[in-house]
Amino acid sequence: MTATAVDDLHDLNDRAVGAGRVSVSRGYRFELVKLVSQWRIRLLVLACWIAPALFVAGVGQQSTLPTDTLFGRWMLATGWAAPLVMLGFAGTWALPLLTSVVAGDVFASEDRLGTWRHLLVAVRSPRRIFVAKSLASLTVILLLVAGLACSSTLGGIVAVGNQPLVGLDGHLLAPGDAAGRVLLAWVCVLAPTLALAAIGLLGSVALGRSPMGLLLPALVALAMQLAQMLPLPVAVRLALPGYAFIAWNGLFTSPMQIGPLLIGIAVGLIWAVLATALAYLLFLRRDFTDLTYDGSGRRAITAGLLPLAGLLALTVTVVAVATPSMGSGIQQDKVQRSVATAFAHLYRLQTRQLNRPDVTEAQLRASAACNKGAGQLAAQGPGNDWRCVVSWHLPGIKAAGTAIYQLDFTADGRFVADGDGPKEVNGYFLVRTPTGAAPNPLWQFDGNVELLDTTLEG
Amino acid sequence: MDTLHAVRARGVSKCFGDVVALDGVDLDVAPGQIHGLVGPNGAGKTTLLGLLLGLAVADGGHLEILGTPVGRALAAPDGVAGFVDGPGLYPSLTARQNLAALAALRGGARTAGIDDVLDQVGLTDVADDRTRGFSLGMRQRLGLAAALLTRPRLLVLDEPANGLDPAGKRHVHGVLTRLAADGTGVVLSSHRMDDLEALCSEVTILATGRVVFSGPPGKLATESRELDYRLVTSDPPAARQVAADTAGIRVVDDAGARHGVDRLVVRALVPALDELVVRLVQARIAVRELTPVMSPLEAAFLALTEQQETGR
Repeated sequence: MTATAVDDLHDLNDRAVGAGRVSVSRGYRFELVKLVSQWRIRLLVLACWIAPALFVAGVGQQSTLPTDTLFGRWMLATGWAAPLVMLGFAGTWALPLLTSVVAGDVFASEDRLGTWRHLLVAVRSPRRIFVAKSLASLTVILLLVAGLACSSTLGGIVAVGNQPLVGLDGHLLAPGDAAGRVLLAWVCVLAPTLALAAIGLLGSVALGRSPMGLLLPALVALAMQLAQMLPLPVAVRLALPGYAFIAWNGLFTSPMQIGPLLIGIAVGLIWAVLATALAYLLFLRRDFTDLTYDGSGRRAITAGLLPLAGLLALTVTVVAVATPSMGSGIQQDKVQRSVATAFAHLYRLQTRQLNRPDVTEAQLRASAACNKGAGQLAAQGPGNDWRCVVSWHLPGIKAAGTAIYQLDFTADGRFVADGDGPKEVNGYFLVRTPTGAAPNPLWQFDGNVELLDTTLEG
Repeated sequence: MDTLHAVRARGVSKCFGDVVALDGVDLDVAPGQIHGLVGPNGAGKTTLLGLLLGLAVADGGHLEILGTPVGRALAAPDGVAGFVDGPGLYPSLTARQNLAALAALRGGARTAGIDDVLDQVGLTDVADDRTRGFSLGMRQRLGLAAALLTRPRLLVLDEPANGLDPAGKRHVHGVLTRLAADGTGVVLSSHRMDDLEALCSEVTILATGRVVFSGPPGKLATESRELDYRLVTSDPPAARQVAADTAGIRVVDDAGARHGVDRLVVRALVPALDELVVRLVQARIAVRELTPVMSPLEAAFLALTEQQETGR
């Protein structure tokens, strides 16, 4: 039966049963009641609304910080770092698992309980059942995401305070600006979250009671993370539905790196729409009188997974054609520019900490000379063998200051710059300020380069 | 449009791939009638019930439910309720919450109605227990309560007596009888012949997707082949002699007589059995009991099953 024939059949059905149909809103409430009555969902809601705040409060009591996580080194400096640390964790672990548990099980649970026939007799429209289930699982996922965001933000503000946030290129964001960008970052990751949720729906419909259906979003997310660790061309990275889990970093630079983020969001939304549509078609084709149906047939693979593979190929092609991005995106000039910019911003921060006369970035005229593999390798691509010598000028002093950094670049464009002297500038972890010891912002800092050449320099 | 029938099927067929599940099935169920479906496994009972509940679409034939042609629609008209392959219950909800959610879904959350149907099926005491711990019989009764909530004009039940204890069975039988008395058509399948004979005014026997009998259970006795009857009289030796002398009667088990028990088993068609009773009375032998060893329905079912086994 073709898709059109199925639609015709269901149109006919909808007309024929008339007043007997259950509205989508009633079906939605019914599905919500079922979801919320499950202990695991209640526990997840509780955990998402409480655990992040407890985590932030706990970090506030520690002397060590999660410096391997983006913005983790600033968690004691401002409360706005906490929701960003949580966002990084959520994109890697929490959101794939949450979407698995909620969306990946919303159809399969009916198979497990043997309640499909009961539900169909009550609702009388497979189409409305699908819509109600999808909306209910989306609602619960949004509730969980909101919990992660609100809890970590409140925990950070209460435990640490409403101070300015140091951006990814070292510039200071006023609390109000930081709040807006944090909110925007959480909104942006809804796109890949929706993509994972839709993949969860597809797995739940296509694979029925098989555990593979439940695990599909987590497995897809894991595969995407592994792919991001490989030296793949930029076009392939951007074409993956989870890229917005990384690209939100670009909101915390000046100017914001909007291009990759918008592409990541668009790709995520396209995946969400296609996976949902495929799940819908598979669901309407299902034979609900067959008790032995578990969905894991050849048709589920051909109708469910092959179109997604096709979409991946298509998005890679479109991004590759639209942007000249078949390389790693990490090039010497970008690295030098990024390191110099971050150094200049952070130097000003250090100057203020030490109560020295203020200087501007323009006065500093910071520049960086970077090479890879001690100049023996082409200066491009990820690796931990980048070395930069940063130079700057102070007003009234002829000689330029220099500092050395070792850079560890990951394939997604992020780097950690580790100060390697001189000790007066970046050699010590702490600096002595008039109010006591404080972390030295130039000792080690995070940064990134935009893999696409889309953002104009400010 | 024929509104006299709760169900009217003519030549209904349904295939799953190469497997013919229903082959030209005719079925008439009047309002207020309890109609039983019986047949061996794979006979097509569940498929037929699925068609009535709108879970599948017939490939051919004509099907009317409550006077409305079903056609190619995937859902039955309003007024139909029931379950196949066991009731659908959500274990994380209590019995009352299951019913309340269902009532809200259908747009009529009435607490009084929920209490009433729970009382009808005898589950008031466990109304606020989660259904996770319910026995099969309790689940069956709650499934029936869920169907009753919608005030159906056609109730379709698949093996409703599964797992029921005697008290539960009494509740279910009472509910079905009252529903039928109020004009609701009931179609139920069961492998328990005693239930069907006690409840159903008509039965349809299916075999390999075809109707092999349809009518009152009593009609089976006259249509079926010879049945075994247990005969208890005031004078067993004389009764055995009379039986042996009556044309069409075979004494198939007089072991009871040999051991001093006053019963014997005879095999006969109904006309010959009538003749035997007349002769026993003429011989001044009191007939204390004359009952089928096996009900006509069960005998027909076993005969069909044996035919299937033989055909394999």
